[in-house]
Amino acid sequence: MTSLDSPIVLPDDPSLGPDVQLDYPGYRSTRLRVPKRPLVTLAEELHSLAGPVFGEDAIGELDHDLTRQHAGEPLGERIVVSGRLLDDDGRPLSGALIEVWQANAAGRYRHEVDDHPAPLDPNFSGAGRCLTGSDGSYRFVTVKPGAYPWGNHENAWRPAHIHFSVFGRAFTQRLVTQMYFPGDPLFPYDPIFNAVRDPKARELLVSQFDLETTTPEWALGFRFDIVLPATPLENER
Amino acid sequence: MTLAFTPSQTVGPYYAIGMCRRTEHELAPGGMKIAGRLLDGAGAPIPDGVIELWSATAGAWGRCGTQPAGEFMFVAEKPPAAPGEAPRFDVLVFARGLLRHQVTRLYFPDEEAANAGDPVLSALSPDDRATLVAAADGDGLRFDIRMQGESQTVFFA
Repeated sequence: MTSLDSPIVLPDDPSLGPDVQLDYPGYRSTRLRVPKRPLVTLAEELHSLAGPVFGEDAIGELDHDLTRQHAGEPLGERIVVSGRLLDDDGRPLSGALIEVWQANAAGRYRHEVDDHPAPLDPNFSGAGRCLTGSDGSYRFVTVKPGAYPWGNHENAWRPAHIHFSVFGRAFTQRLVTQMYFPGDPLFPYDPIFNAVRDPKARELLVSQFDLETTTPEWALGFRFDIVLPATPLENER
Repeated sequence: MTLAFTPSQTVGPYYAIGMCRRTEHELAPGGMKIAGRLLDGAGAPIPDGVIELWSATAGAWGRCGTQPAGEFMFVAEKPPAAPGEAPRFDVLVFARGLLRHQVTRLYFPDEEAANAGDPVLSALSPDDRATLVAAADGDGLRFDIRMQGESQTVFFA
């Protein structure tokens, strides 16, 4: 068992890949849930199965703006989170569904299971969705989520993060991930973040402050590009 | 140009806020009921998972969050088979504790001949095969998913 009383120190090992270590011992919930038997490998052509296509009717007018879904504005630091959805050949993926969910500025989710004694915000549901544009771009307006404690180990806190669910075009492009904020002091202590063993791959989960998308007198901008594996389906559209 | 992939992270326990805001478990209204339970390595229900059914041949997709006893339920029709394969759904499993989703398959119990000729199913041992074939249950089907243990469901990469 990994002790998490002190920062997790990982070797900068060039053999480490971009993959997440599924049975990372510091993350307690993996123990009874991660399959123990080796995965059965499928033939390559079975990987390029087409996925669902979502239309504009899947999106409400204010679904991308988490600060305008109630009568009043939510409390917290208003931010704009934007970026592009690309495949690893650099091609934009357009018309793809991106869903986000997050804690409020106090670090509390609007969910019956969350019993963290921080206030709920009547003006914040914490959920958004949008379709990517023709250049793969997306944009959400929200408030910066707070850090919050979780029961994984003694004095465990999650770094502030926004959950992302992404549908590309194909089965192999389905991705659920979490976007973090630059310079978070909780990074060295978080087993979910550190289950991605390669430091360079972990950086891909961290958004970047962006002055260009920062709106004067209104909101800070953060950029977060998402890269999915290329699929042969790309060439058919 | 080759860009590095964005790594996967767990959906966590609160995915329902973002991923199950609306009812999406009916792939084909009026179709058959496909119900099951998501179970952990101790045989305990996983109450905070989400299951997605995908079919490339039917162009069908749906998802359902698991309930306190680990149950999920879909209303769906059997998808057409791809040439040389048995009809099936591709199944994705997301949960707290899964840093990446797992991939499995649901085959149909009334397709014995097609199942015997399916290149993926027929390459498995009889015990492993059994974890992927749903059981007839009244007018519908039952399909339990076991993440670990002796009768662990087969997962694919």
